[in-house]
Amino acid sequence: MLAMPPIISVSNLSKTYGSGFKALNNINLDIKRGEIFALLGPNGAGKTTLISIICGIANLSEGNVMVGGHDINRDYRAARSLIGLVPQELHTDSFETVWATVSFSRGLFGKPKNPAHIEKVLKDLSLWDKKDSKIITLSGGMKRRVMIAKALSHEPQILFLDEPTAGVDVELRKGMWDVVRGLQASGVTIILTTHYIQEAEEMADRIGVINKGEIILVEDKAGLMHKLGKKELKVHLQGRIDAIPASLAAYNLELSDDGHAVIYDYDTKGDRTGITSLLNDLRNAGIRISDLDTRQSSLEDIFVSLVRAP
Amino acid sequence: MNYRAIRAIYLFEMARTWRTLLQSIVSPVVSTSLYFVVFGAAIGSRITEVEGVSYGTFIVPGLVMLSVLTQSIANASFGIYFPKFVGTIYEILSAPVSYIEIVIGYVGAAATKSIILGLIIMATAALFVPLHIHHPWWMLTFLVLTAVTFSLFGFIIGIWADGFEKLQMIPMLIVTPLTFLGGSFYSVNMLPSGWRTVTLLNPVVYLISGFRWSFYEIADVSVALSLGMTLGFLAICMALVWWIFRTGYRLKN
Repeated sequence: MLAMPPIISVSNLSKTYGSGFKALNNINLDIKRGEIFALLGPNGAGKTTLISIICGIANLSEGNVMVGGHDINRDYRAARSLIGLVPQELHTDSFETVWATVSFSRGLFGKPKNPAHIEKVLKDLSLWDKKDSKIITLSGGMKRRVMIAKALSHEPQILFLDEPTAGVDVELRKGMWDVVRGLQASGVTIILTTHYIQEAEEMADRIGVINKGEIILVEDKAGLMHKLGKKELKVHLQGRIDAIPASLAAYNLELSDDGHAVIYDYDTKGDRTGITSLLNDLRNAGIRISDLDTRQSSLEDIFVSLVRAP
Repeated sequence: MNYRAIRAIYLFEMARTWRTLLQSIVSPVVSTSLYFVVFGAAIGSRITEVEGVSYGTFIVPGLVMLSVLTQSIANASFGIYFPKFVGTIYEILSAPVSYIEIVIGYVGAAATKSIILGLIIMATAALFVPLHIHHPWWMLTFLVLTAVTFSLFGFIIGIWADGFEKLQMIPMLIVTPLTFLGGSFYSVNMLPSGWRTVTLLNPVVYLISGFRWSFYEIADVSVALSLGMTLGFLAICMALVWWIFRTGYRLKN
């Protein structure tokens, strides 16, 4: 079977603002149909700019973007009607009711009225009992869900969530993840940006890392963990040492806990981990061991090492 | 055409009108009534006739235009400025709508509101002075053209403005003086010839003159010229709006 064409295809995309600031530099990115894609990056990396261009809020400077096979400029109607966008900031019409604002979004996207669908969306997001409330009376978390409801009102095939859980409490965050998983199960492709590595680790099928306007990595989450996932062994010592003995220099050990422990990095996928010989050489050097523990590096460590790299 | 989107924007904007009914409709009616009391009854009683009609009657078309102009600009500029200000514009920009549809929705609603307002003011005027409209269809034509043109103008101001001061600046510093000096309260023929020439540079003169002609068949300039100038201004506003959306000026960056 042929691989399905990507639902979003970004080619050679650059964005330079009027001030001369280059927010995006030659971005190439394909999003697969039906996946949850997490876009990670520090503040100002270009996450929101990239989303804004794909959704039609900002003009691109160079390159092109196809959504569902439609060019976002030449065939903007077809492209945009596939997309639901939940921006990062809480932009709401304070004096409208929840029902009115969600229905407005559906109309704006050219869809005929469908109260049953709106009802389902509001119920899924636990907003049904607030449907007649003015938005100004809602809490921040509810407003966030209203914005998701607006984005889902027109039955999009692609949902952009720009920092969906920023400022949302833990309970609600878990609830939102359930909603996102439910959407994926119904066939919606989801692209989320986040600061919470944990969120990407838990939710995403694939992860892209963007920094200073450039995509520096796109990988399957599992592959990424595997590829860059080093383990570290911490050897707790019975006594204290001031320096690593010269006989152990080959292991690149790092002193820790004020000389009461040493740390050894190794790769579980390598032919040999070097653990056995390390322990041998420690004994030969007269160093006695009180305890051992190992730790898998998290996505957060990987991320930090990527964006810190020069 | 995404008619459902036009309908959604139009109804959304009209809902805003009904929500703010007091300031939208009542306050212009009150201020117009004050003009009648001051200019029509108090001062007007000392002025016999202008161009063959009583002064109170003479000022009605000018007063209607005064309100329609200022309200069209205010409605349309606020209508598009506010989503920019609170950020909800993101949804309009990311929706599958063309700029023509956006303009029809916003400008259509703003113009509708000021047309309704113009008709209410005429009805209010009829309580104070006898009112006869010689050419009702021409009256409506001028009313609709003016409302649409100045709503477009307001839409442009709303997009251009990046603060509330700018939103107020053009209406206060340019439109209000032009309207007052455009013959709302006097016939241009009453001015000394030098000032008369200067006045003819004011586009509002042509709007008020044409509108007044549809009421009383008296005009400062020919009706064809009035119509031509109104259509010309409409064309300029349309061209500006086209340019704004083509370049994404103050919207997409």
